[in-house]
Amino acid sequence: MGDELELKELLESIRFVYGYDFTEYAAASVKRRIDHFMITNKFNSLKTLGKTLLKEDGFFEQFIQEITVNVTEMFRDPPFYKSLRENIMGRLATYPFIKIWIAGASTGEEVYSLAIFLREKGLLERSVIYATDINQKALQTAREGIYPIRNMKAYTENYIKAGGQHSLSDYYVAKYDSVLLDRSLRQNIVFAAHNLAADRSFNEFQLISCRNVLIYFNQDLQNKVIDLFYESLCPLGILALGNKESLLFSDRKGKFEMLDRKEKIFIKTD
Amino acid sequence: MQYEAVVIGVSAGGLAALSGILKELPVDFALPVIIIQHRSREERTLLEEVMQAKCRIRIKQADEKERIERSVVYFAPADYHLLIEKDRSFSLSRDMPVNFSRPSVDVLFMAASEVYGDRLIAMILTGAGKDGAEGVRAVRQRGGLTVAQDPEDAFFPDMPRAAIETGCVQYILKPTELKNLLLNIGGK
Repeated sequence: MGDELELKELLESIRFVYGYDFTEYAAASVKRRIDHFMITNKFNSLKTLGKTLLKEDGFFEQFIQEITVNVTEMFRDPPFYKSLRENIMGRLATYPFIKIWIAGASTGEEVYSLAIFLREKGLLERSVIYATDINQKALQTAREGIYPIRNMKAYTENYIKAGGQHSLSDYYVAKYDSVLLDRSLRQNIVFAAHNLAADRSFNEFQLISCRNVLIYFNQDLQNKVIDLFYESLCPLGILALGNKESLLFSDRKGKFEMLDRKEKIFIKTD
Repeated sequence: MQYEAVVIGVSAGGLAALSGILKELPVDFALPVIIIQHRSREERTLLEEVMQAKCRIRIKQADEKERIERSVVYFAPADYHLLIEKDRSFSLSRDMPVNFSRPSVDVLFMAASEVYGDRLIAMILTGAGKDGAEGVRAVRQRGGLTVAQDPEDAFFPDMPRAAIETGCVQYILKPTELKNLLLNIGGK
């Protein structure tokens, strides 16, 4: 198929010129996002898109921000947060100092969700959460901690289902059509750019959460990223994936045990 | 065999319509059947369990990177879009809902049409809304066979009606005819 070849060439030249490597992403998803970008920006062929991208840095920046953004919400998948609260927090509490990596933090909703649960368990003050993403614009939103007020009803329902002990509104102030999350939640969060497809480990963690990011990668890249997580976890460190993700394509699968089969929470045992 | 896969899009009223068709399929049905049934976000595997209890053919939820096999009926998991790769495996995505839906019929049908081209059969059954209409257009443009349940017979006529209004639906069928079409093509 001509289309397929053209897409491959475009991804190769992006890698060569800008160092962003999408060649090991799941092709159908990448293609869908690029198609969407082409429609909203009125391109009718991959060729003309490719030419414009390689000529104009500013435009390339816009392209990267649009095709790498992931949508999320606070306490997304409440059963996962419930399991985290009931099965994982107790383990974290045994450490004097807790380091957590949220890889693929996107716009930050899930980072603050974790911070809220750490606070409710009295653990936030001795924790540091490293929240990373490839997408700088999403990270900026995450840093600001300002979200549309219209989403809060759904987030509140998630929070209650996840086992939250207070009222979610204790953690934000509403103004006009936005809410600002409690600034003190942010004191122990470090937001930083990190590209899972290219960058290395940067610390050792007790918990790594990377949910619904691996689905966008092919098997080889999934394997590499799990290696990176393995190397970045302390002994008995915990790895949390999305509920449709697995260690199936990882050479390290024998070095983890299941903590929660349904919620895809693993513990590094070897 | 002229065809390689069947994709079905169905929403409200789907359980009865689907089970009427799927329970007739033999265990060695010659094609994979890939279904988007709109479902509650937090439901995990109930749909597959309920359907398997009624059917002989193997029913399962589509897994990330899973190779697509014939004689299996796959359902898209709740709250994920389902896509198909050139190597005939599944990809999942949590991109924005399309037509207020995730999984969305349009997303599957478009991805499937790119992979299977004219070797694809696409069906729209009962449902509210218009998810699947653009997908049917894409399937037809690449030469696939397009079918809609007769809106007169559907519990919720909107979805098949929206598909038919694109002018890209070749056959408008009653439930028994839908079943017979599948049996003629893949039932041996």
